[in-house]
Amino acid sequence: MAIPFYVAPDQMVQDKAEYARKGIAKGKSIVAMESAVGITLVAENPSASLNKISEIYDRIGFAGVGKYSEFENLRKAGIRYADLKGYAYSREDVFSKSLANAYSEVIGNIFTREIKPLEVEILVVEVGETPEENQMYRILFDGSISDHHGSVVIGGQAEKISQFLRDRFRDELRLEEAIKLGKEALEAGQGGPIRENTLEVAILDRARPGRKFRRFSALDLRELLAKASLGS
Amino acid sequence: MDVTLTGHGSSFYDFVHVEHGYLLPRFHVPESGAAPSFAQPPHGTTILALKYLDGVVIAADRQATEGYQVASRHIEKVYKADEYSAIAIAGAAGPCIEMVKLFQVELEHYEKLEGEVLALEGKANKLAQMVRQNLPAAFQGLVVIPIFAGYDLRKNEGRIFKYDITGGRYEEGDYYSTGSGGKDARNTLKKFFRPGMTREQAVRLALEALLDASEEDVATGGPDPVRGIYPSVKIVAQTGTNDLPEDEIRRMCEALLSERRR
Repeated sequence: MAIPFYVAPDQMVQDKAEYARKGIAKGKSIVAMESAVGITLVAENPSASLNKISEIYDRIGFAGVGKYSEFENLRKAGIRYADLKGYAYSREDVFSKSLANAYSEVIGNIFTREIKPLEVEILVVEVGETPEENQMYRILFDGSISDHHGSVVIGGQAEKISQFLRDRFRDELRLEEAIKLGKEALEAGQGGPIRENTLEVAILDRARPGRKFRRFSALDLRELLAKASLGS
Repeated sequence: MDVTLTGHGSSFYDFVHVEHGYLLPRFHVPESGAAPSFAQPPHGTTILALKYLDGVVIAADRQATEGYQVASRHIEKVYKADEYSAIAIAGAAGPCIEMVKLFQVELEHYEKLEGEVLALEGKANKLAQMVRQNLPAAFQGLVVIPIFAGYDLRKNEGRIFKYDITGGRYEEGDYYSTGSGGKDARNTLKKFFRPGMTREQAVRLALEALLDASEEDVATGGPDPVRGIYPSVKIVAQTGTNDLPEDEIRRMCEALLSERRR
């Protein structure tokens, strides 16, 4: 048997991380923001059918950047996880915390064990009954997890966009203001205007009964953005 | 959590069946156990659905029986399956309720995974498979017979599906009723059903059919003004699946009862 080349563990981790980062950097960013009505998710997505933002369960939403097939698989696994839990126990027992931890474990394991790490970064957000109970988790390609309040960004230009939001984000934004700010933040990230029809926007609306997730159609979006421009 | 490419398609039922089978209802009594009571009609219930101008009215009485005893006076037999469909159940309460729960998750699960809602036909077929899965239990007397009503967004009409214990799925044109008082309710529906009724007329007819069934069949509960228990009624239409407000049901039931008073 041939002896495999020895690679130092830190070297291997570094290489994998670099590989993953490179993959993710190609992807467009996604912004999640707490607002008066709930949690708003704004993404740039030229495709109208291959979504980056999705519903997981009653109060829980998901967003992924990077390689579509990879975060799509994670999304599906998350829906199975949540639906199974809700079916075996009750709908109130499905929380984003356990889901985010499960994601972190899976992604972390793949990062350590597989040759190729996942080239994804995901968000798991949950709208609470009060704004204080909102949860937003960001999970990186190596499984590291962090929780956030106010706003959180994933994707290639996350750093730049976070900086942009730091000065402008405030609590209790109205829905249309949040969408407008999200759009402007994404534009600041990529350094150019974004057309409305390439925006993918969804909300976890606290006021909705049962399933709180709602995706906005292109028409809704145009109206909301027009309303926001009038207001400002 | 398992992240694999070779998943389970978009069916929650298949996923649970393969990965977490212990969670699924399994009511198969061993051969040497209870004597098989062949395919009795489901007992202790009247459930019905009828079409009206804008969709379907689906309704049921509220009583559950255990032999000659009343197990519950206010059990729920009509459930919202998803935004555009509802299901009413007759048979053994345990397996019935479990099947409804599973069916609700199944529809939502599919919708979330695929990003598309199943066609009404697809929902009706999925339910047929679940009834078929229950066949061994049905032979032991644990029958589940649903009526499925939905609004078909592609055909723009309300539709009604009935089932037999083998999972046979049949579409009904105008109305259907089953359960121990099903035949009595059906007689009333047959006599007074007219195509293109208003919602008000259809609900009235549904309540009248349930009242007739409760008078003829001991296991079907009638309106109970003393305790304030009335049949449950849901409306399935293009605007979604909604409960008929309880005071509206009460008002109509009281009108029906006073017509019969002497």
